[in-house]
Amino acid sequence: MALLQVRDLKVSFDTPDGTVRAVRGLSFDVEAGQTLAVVGESGSGKSVATQTITGLTRGAKVSGTAYFDGTDLITADQATLRRLRGAQIGMIFQDPLSSLHPQYRIGWQIVEMIRAHDLTISKQAARKRAAELLTLVGIPRAAERIDDYPHQFSGGMRQRVMIAMAMALDPALLIADEPTTALDVTVQAQVLNVMRRLQEQFGTAIILITHDLGVVAEMADEVVVMYAGAVMERAPRRDIFYRNHHPYTQGLLASLPARSEDRLTPIPGTPPSLISLPKGCPFAARCSHVFDKCSEPPPLTDVGGDPRHQSACWLPHDVNEAVAS
Amino acid sequence: MAMFLIRRIGHGILVLWLISVAVFALFFVAPSNVAQTLAGRQGTPETIALIKHRLGLDLPVWQQYLHFLGNAVKGNLGYDYYHQVPVTHIIGQALPITVSLALGAAVLWLALGVFNGVISATHPRSLADRGLTLFALFFYSFPSFLLGLLLLYFLYFRLTLSGFGWFPAGGYAPLAGGIGPWFQHLLLPWVALALLLAATYTRLTRGSMLDVLGEDYIRTARSKGIRESRVVVVHGLRSALTPVVTQFGIDLGQLIGGVVVTETVFSLPGLGQTAVTAINQQDLPVIIGIVLFASAAVVVANILVDIGYAVLDPRVRLH
Repeated sequence: MALLQVRDLKVSFDTPDGTVRAVRGLSFDVEAGQTLAVVGESGSGKSVATQTITGLTRGAKVSGTAYFDGTDLITADQATLRRLRGAQIGMIFQDPLSSLHPQYRIGWQIVEMIRAHDLTISKQAARKRAAELLTLVGIPRAAERIDDYPHQFSGGMRQRVMIAMAMALDPALLIADEPTTALDVTVQAQVLNVMRRLQEQFGTAIILITHDLGVVAEMADEVVVMYAGAVMERAPRRDIFYRNHHPYTQGLLASLPARSEDRLTPIPGTPPSLISLPKGCPFAARCSHVFDKCSEPPPLTDVGGDPRHQSACWLPHDVNEAVAS
Repeated sequence: MAMFLIRRIGHGILVLWLISVAVFALFFVAPSNVAQTLAGRQGTPETIALIKHRLGLDLPVWQQYLHFLGNAVKGNLGYDYYHQVPVTHIIGQALPITVSLALGAAVLWLALGVFNGVISATHPRSLADRGLTLFALFFYSFPSFLLGLLLLYFLYFRLTLSGFGWFPAGGYAPLAGGIGPWFQHLLLPWVALALLLAATYTRLTRGSMLDVLGEDYIRTARSKGIRESRVVVVHGLRSALTPVVTQFGIDLGQLIGGVVVTETVFSLPGLGQTAVTAINQQDLPVIIGIVLFASAAVVVANILVDIGYAVLDPRVRLH
């Protein structure tokens, strides 16, 4: 069984304007030691989904199951989730500039993480471990810098500190929510390298939330493409890039900068409101292949007879290679 | 840091000098009859002239001012017109009373305001939040003299009539005479002052705390699996306290200069009441002395707030 098995996850929020259906029936598996990339544009529900699983969303209506190592995270109480967070599930977030507490030294913040789950570790031992972790993520002169405040580090260095903290207790799963979005391109590659190195060393599974297909190409084993709170397509990495089926996936790839073209091809239009979603395919309004059938919601079905590759689109599922080329 | 202190103290002295000029000017714009009052109803013009001469009131204003300034620099704020008591002595007598009142009330209002603010912020829009907000606004908009009088009516008058003489009608008992009577005399004034100010602190803490709890680093703290109470206090309150400390310094600085209404209602002979009496008697040296002292308290409080700011937030550098 997979390390994390999410089935039919639904998350909605009641707002004065109506019910926002942020996640609508999300299912995915994360295998131990593997990287699952969750791709989609802003508001597609990718962050909400992972924060709900870890108990960090407040005031939401949640249904579905999310089995992590035998525990259903959706029905688990806050105390259980709290013990899992940090110890079993590490998290890093988009903006390293605001993700560390500005008024505490980074060493203190890592030590707090270590001792939150095991008070038998002495402060000295935790501090020593923190220095080792900082060295591990490539912070030079870690023993000295451990007493610096976050504002004394650059963005890339702060994200390394976040990774060191998230990996401090050797979690089975690391959730990285747009870990490189706020960083310079050159720094992005370094941070991804650190993550990959630690993954190999510790055998950590990673859920990588991103809208950057370049990062996906770099890191992912499996890919889930989300749109308007639902899965459009799921496939192993190679299939997403070379044998994709869903027009939304194709649109995402076409909007990537490529050396051969001088202009980007954007997807026309904007995502639908999550309060009043269309009855049929949520992407229909922006899709160049739209036809009558699209007014009914398309189910997620296998592409080319491969159960690892599924697409939620009414287009014939055997012509994918013709479409992709 | 040294540069910062030198600059700020320099600014402070400039402010105090301007205030002394302003108070002096104001006093001489208004008609004065100090000498007349001192001479009594039957005072002859000669007596009045003599008194004026003794007090230096017959000199040109600028000479009077220079005389005052010369003494003030040496730490002598002059003598009151009526009993020739040194102004520094008058301030020295009244200050412990005002400080006792302000500090005691500060402990109460900080505890009340910060606690209520945190409860409100961690349970936004809940019944507790609404109740505490109502409580805060009620006392905030309550006239402070009326609150004092109501406390006196119920907790002194009615209680004493019923045979429970727990609280005195007012006045002050020095700390030197034992902590019990001191506490007894100050409890009602503390409550009256604290309820008034707690409202500001409840709202300030609530707002600041709500902002902070929405910060990314609070999400990080939760993602670390630490207890929610620790997230709120160690991570949240730590950041949220910065504006509270600023406000606290400014408020305390102002109160040290005299708490006019509360001191008057509870007959506490602190700086506020002394200043009111001095104004009624046109006792210029006492007025100037207290105004300068109160201004100095505000100036010092502001410098301390800025230093506190740098202590609380490592990103702030003083220069």
